[in-house]
Amino acid sequence: MTAHAQPEPVGGAVFTRPVLMLAALAALAGALIVWRFLVGLGESTALNDGYPWGLWIAFDVVTGSAFACGGYALALFVYILNRGKFHPLVRSALVTSAFGYSIAGLSVMIDVGRPWLAYKLLFFWHWNLRSVLLEVALCIMTYTIVLWIEVWPAFLERAQTSTVSWIRRLGQAWMPVLRKSLVWVVAFGVLLPTMHQSGLGTLLLLSGPRLHPLWNTIMLPLLFLSSCIAMGFGVVVVESMLSSRLLGRHPEIGMLAGLGSAMRPVVYVYLGIRFIDLIVRKQIAHLFAFDIYSIMSLLEFGLFFGALALLREERQRQDLGTLFRASMFLLFGGALYRFDVFLLAFQPGVNWVYFPNVLEILVTVGLVAGEIVGYIVLIKLFPILAGAPQAAPAHVTGG
Amino acid sequence: MGLSRRDALKVMLSAGGAAAATGSTPRTAGAAVAVPRPYAAAMLYDATRCIGCKACMVACSKANNLEPDPGWSQGLYQAPLDLNGKTKNIIKLYQEPDGSTYSFVKRQCMHCLDPACTSACMLGALKKGDFGVVSYNADLCIGCRYCTMSCPFNIPKFEWDSLAPKIVKCEFCKERLAEGKPPACCEVCPTGAVIFGRYTALLAEAHARLDQHPERYTPKVYGETEVGGTQVLYLAAVDFAKLGLPAYGPDPVPTAVREVFQEIYQGVVPPIALYALLAAVLMRSRRQLTGEGQETEEP
Repeated sequence: MTAHAQPEPVGGAVFTRPVLMLAALAALAGALIVWRFLVGLGESTALNDGYPWGLWIAFDVVTGSAFACGGYALALFVYILNRGKFHPLVRSALVTSAFGYSIAGLSVMIDVGRPWLAYKLLFFWHWNLRSVLLEVALCIMTYTIVLWIEVWPAFLERAQTSTVSWIRRLGQAWMPVLRKSLVWVVAFGVLLPTMHQSGLGTLLLLSGPRLHPLWNTIMLPLLFLSSCIAMGFGVVVVESMLSSRLLGRHPEIGMLAGLGSAMRPVVYVYLGIRFIDLIVRKQIAHLFAFDIYSIMSLLEFGLFFGALALLREERQRQDLGTLFRASMFLLFGGALYRFDVFLLAFQPGVNWVYFPNVLEILVTVGLVAGEIVGYIVLIKLFPILAGAPQAAPAHVTGG
Repeated sequence: MGLSRRDALKVMLSAGGAAAATGSTPRTAGAAVAVPRPYAAAMLYDATRCIGCKACMVACSKANNLEPDPGWSQGLYQAPLDLNGKTKNIIKLYQEPDGSTYSFVKRQCMHCLDPACTSACMLGALKKGDFGVVSYNADLCIGCRYCTMSCPFNIPKFEWDSLAPKIVKCEFCKERLAEGKPPACCEVCPTGAVIFGRYTALLAEAHARLDQHPERYTPKVYGETEVGGTQVLYLAAVDFAKLGLPAYGPDPVPTAVREVFQEIYQGVVPPIALYALLAAVLMRSRRQLTGEGQETEEP
């Protein structure tokens, strides 16, 4: 079965109606971003001196980059734990991750007040080495580049089949170079997310005095790291099931079930740390206060426990619907945990309120839409999805 | 500039000297408390002496070239609702719900001995400089507002209406200090509710006041131990928490970060070692992977 190992372009019309609708949302976001730079953050967003970080940081950057951990989770699984048979899933996961991180980086540039000075981050003599945010920023920048390099073989493979001779030669010349050096890039691709995904949790340690006790713990880095790996596996499952459903392909049930069992130990670690930490810090009573904090925490716990319950037996993991639900539970649980830490647990004082305004929400929606458009375009034109047997009549054009 | 620095020291020393003349010895700080730099500049605000005239607010705005913020007063008064992008110093009033007591409170940057904001700042736009003043350099500020997220006193504010927004916070009138002058708010206060001096001298003065009039005060110098100590010290008659000064422990805010972050990344060695390890594992598994790949491709 060469088809299993060899990714192929999906082919077919690129600009279908859904794609155009998503592109319109992205264009709207683009216009709103221009507006944000014309009028300033105060006029365009609901951000304020109490809640200086809002939806764009909590969702686009913190949650979005965790949703983009599919590449990281699979790299850990395939290369470090040496599960080679899952390799066909890697490339499309990397593409999703590359888009997710690009969006996160773009969102930061929209969110900061003085982005034209961001180039100074490159000058090491300015670095404040005690700054967690500096570490996170540098890691995310580098990792975004690493992800696009990891996707590059797809572009080169496509180039090799090009009808234009110089593009074909380019592909043939660079492919071996990339093949050889990819190990060093992939090693970065595992190191950097380990650093900055935990770093996103470390960030809030400085807000510790103003965090609700349910979330204020020195374990934040480990909780962020373990949950992002669980979310990474979840994203791979959701993404491959959605793309096979929408493109009329057969999902790789065996592999996805394998990911289902890989999720379980990670979720156990996350829940174990979260629970034991609450007990050790003697804050477990807050969990049953049944105020907004306790309800949101219980909801987080419920989602993670729900995923575990759904994945309990091999029979359940083989069932696509169950596997999909469990993955969605993990994605929502991890996202809720991040929102809770960055927006709910953070308490600047009684007089401050924040709820994202329409512009902030539309920008976030538009950026996600743009991400999906980019993904669809790439999988249609380039060899990214592993060539599972197609259920629908094949529309072979891209070739 | 060397001369004016020395003059500044003289001003502080004499101010501190006058204050210390009341005669108590400074308390030795606990182990967790960060050590103030020699000649750290300090402010002592005694809420029982404040009459709420807000002259310090006007003086602050003038000294720092800040536009007055009329708040809800329809342009009639300088009446900001809180510290904000136009306000580095504010006098607030706390009143007991039953009206029995009240207290003014002056809020501005506390100039922590071990600040969260300088630990947060990516490029060191916020830095502890001369006299221990936490100062701001807009040329290194990207406007990320992590300082605002991390400050336990909610101090750094942002110019939300500006297209080139800066962080706004009290910088202890650092230009005036360099000229040998006290901060504008301390200079203008008519009742001596806020005074300027050397850290150790003002801490001693605060304790002397507590000792002389224990009946007048909440028995505590706020800022002596909180989050490792602050260069702005408070005395008050009411509970400090009611004045917006929370009951914080003696550990500096960056302690937790130091424990996990700086220890792990010490000297950049662990990430490099981990990278080398990962590369080695990858080399091995790639060899096996290509082996497996052939196997699956053959049949």
